[in-house]
Amino acid sequence: MAIIETKDLTKVFGKLIAVDHVSFAVEEGEIFGFLGPNGAGKTTTINMLTTLMNPTEGSAKVAGFDIVKDANKVRSLIGLVPQDLTVDEDLTGMENMMLQAMLYHVPKDVAKKRIEEVLRLVELEDAANRKVETYSGGMRKRLELAEGLIHYPKILFLDEPTLGLDVQTRTVIWDYIKKLKEERGMTIFMTTHYMEEADALCNRIAIIDYGKIRALGKPKELKDGIGGDVIELALFDNSKDFSEAIAKMPYVIDVKRKSETYKIKVAKGEEALPNIIEGILKMNLKVSTVSLIKPTLDQVYLEYTGRSLRENEGNREEVMRMMRNIRRARQ
Amino acid sequence: MISEIWALTIREVKKWIREPILVFMMIIQPVIWLGLFGQAFNLTGLVQIPLSNLPPEITQQIGVIFNQTIGSIFGGTLDYFTYMAAGMLSVVILFTSMFSGMSVVWDRRFGFLNKLLVAPIARGSIVMAKVTSSVIRGLFQVALVFSIAFAFGLKAGNAFNVLDLLGVFAGLFLLSLGLSSFFIALTIRIKSWEAHMAVINLLNLPLMFASSALFPINMMPDWLQSIAKVNPISYASDLVRAFILHSSSVGLDVSRIALNFEVLIAFAVIFSFIGIVLAERGLRKG
Repeated sequence: MAIIETKDLTKVFGKLIAVDHVSFAVEEGEIFGFLGPNGAGKTTTINMLTTLMNPTEGSAKVAGFDIVKDANKVRSLIGLVPQDLTVDEDLTGMENMMLQAMLYHVPKDVAKKRIEEVLRLVELEDAANRKVETYSGGMRKRLELAEGLIHYPKILFLDEPTLGLDVQTRTVIWDYIKKLKEERGMTIFMTTHYMEEADALCNRIAIIDYGKIRALGKPKELKDGIGGDVIELALFDNSKDFSEAIAKMPYVIDVKRKSETYKIKVAKGEEALPNIIEGILKMNLKVSTVSLIKPTLDQVYLEYTGRSLRENEGNREEVMRMMRNIRRARQ
Repeated sequence: MISEIWALTIREVKKWIREPILVFMMIIQPVIWLGLFGQAFNLTGLVQIPLSNLPPEITQQIGVIFNQTIGSIFGGTLDYFTYMAAGMLSVVILFTSMFSGMSVVWDRRFGFLNKLLVAPIARGSIVMAKVTSSVIRGLFQVALVFSIAFAFGLKAGNAFNVLDLLGVFAGLFLLSLGLSSFFIALTIRIKSWEAHMAVINLLNLPLMFASSALFPINMMPDWLQSIAKVNPISYASDLVRAFILHSSSVGLDVSRIALNFEVLIAFAVIFSFIGIVLAERGLRKG
């Protein structure tokens, strides 16, 4: 069942069409990734789905409710972990959590238990009574994540959950996200521009650019879509070109020989590799080196969004906020 | 809605109490105001200087006559300091209220506002929490200024009692409610604190001087009188004076107090309503 459904969702700022008639559906219980360059429309889409902005045109339903007409119902069913660090530095972790619980109308006695539980999940229980000013960037982000979970949302929106974090913290956050999906069946809608993050976590991803969805599917489907796996192979016998013989083997799509290395395009790389090596051995030849190259999401991404750099018209406030966030995250 | 306002008010108050410099400034600022402004403008003192070579009995006699003259101008108050200190309480409310919108600007900048906007709470409670915390701060500072003013020589009427004191706080509560809502409503769409400062700087001095807080209205030119007569600060100052000058010989001027209360209640109700309505429309992202 689709838990998020958009229909021609559009947002126009002055002359700029930030999101342009976007229609997609997110299934209940999946991790859905939204990928795209800066200014592609990712955050604007999240802002609309989380009721922070009204669409200029089109509509969307989140957890069955219209984002404009039933905004407050939507709000009570979703959690948002925004790109900005929005925890209050002057309060302790516990006070931030308590405030969040009250804003979501979680009764006090229930809140206490849940706070304990979610703080344990993000491993902040020891720091709970310290002021957030003293937290590191990673701790703040984890607290932010804990806040998004306090009311047990059906859908969790994560806007760039690991921006500016070190590899350790990023890995830990990935684990939490996976745990939330597996243990609670939570639907997660996340934006990122780290391809390996999308690849590791998302069940399905959409690549958005210039406000339009360019591609949507499982990471594997998208990777297969741009050409599949390549086996690079070299033989001890370089006296002859064996391309034609290799091309006749099963799974092989295309073979090119380039300075004694064969670039073999295959359908399922893992299954093709032993078959091809066996075939070569049967020809009484010996393989000197072999490697299987699988397409990365990076390639898929560049395929759909192009290589040109994005010189978006920024505004001072946005740039300052980004710098501040990065600074805070690194503290 | 009450619990939402409460939760958010607690946040503001906690932030405020934990900043020792803010509490310190809050104590020191009114001392400076009362000390410098109040004493420097004390006309009685000014007159005494050139007469100091006269025999003390004569100086004293002239002083008394002068004070009586001043007293008739300032509506029964014996000295300017008492007149001004009473008005200063309303000015203190003005100065604390005008920053009510500032924390909205900061919350917007730091993204905290977004967190509130995605929460299933009424937009009005976000604004009302800001207003409530601004009222608490204002009344706290009023309590400080009032006690300091007594120490500096404020002369209350001989029948001034606890009920009068409550009356003073009730009046200033209404003024603070109205002014805080007014300033939030005015600056709700402003995104930078520089612009916010420009707006409140434009308003604070005119609001203070075009009122009876520091000078009696009937001493002003006509055009200024017409502004001062619609300025809620005039009504609050007048109300506070009516209570402070409560003496056994004259008694409380009930009709004057009632009029001032009516104006202040109307002001507070209208502007908090406007604040809540504008919150629903103005508090959004971008």
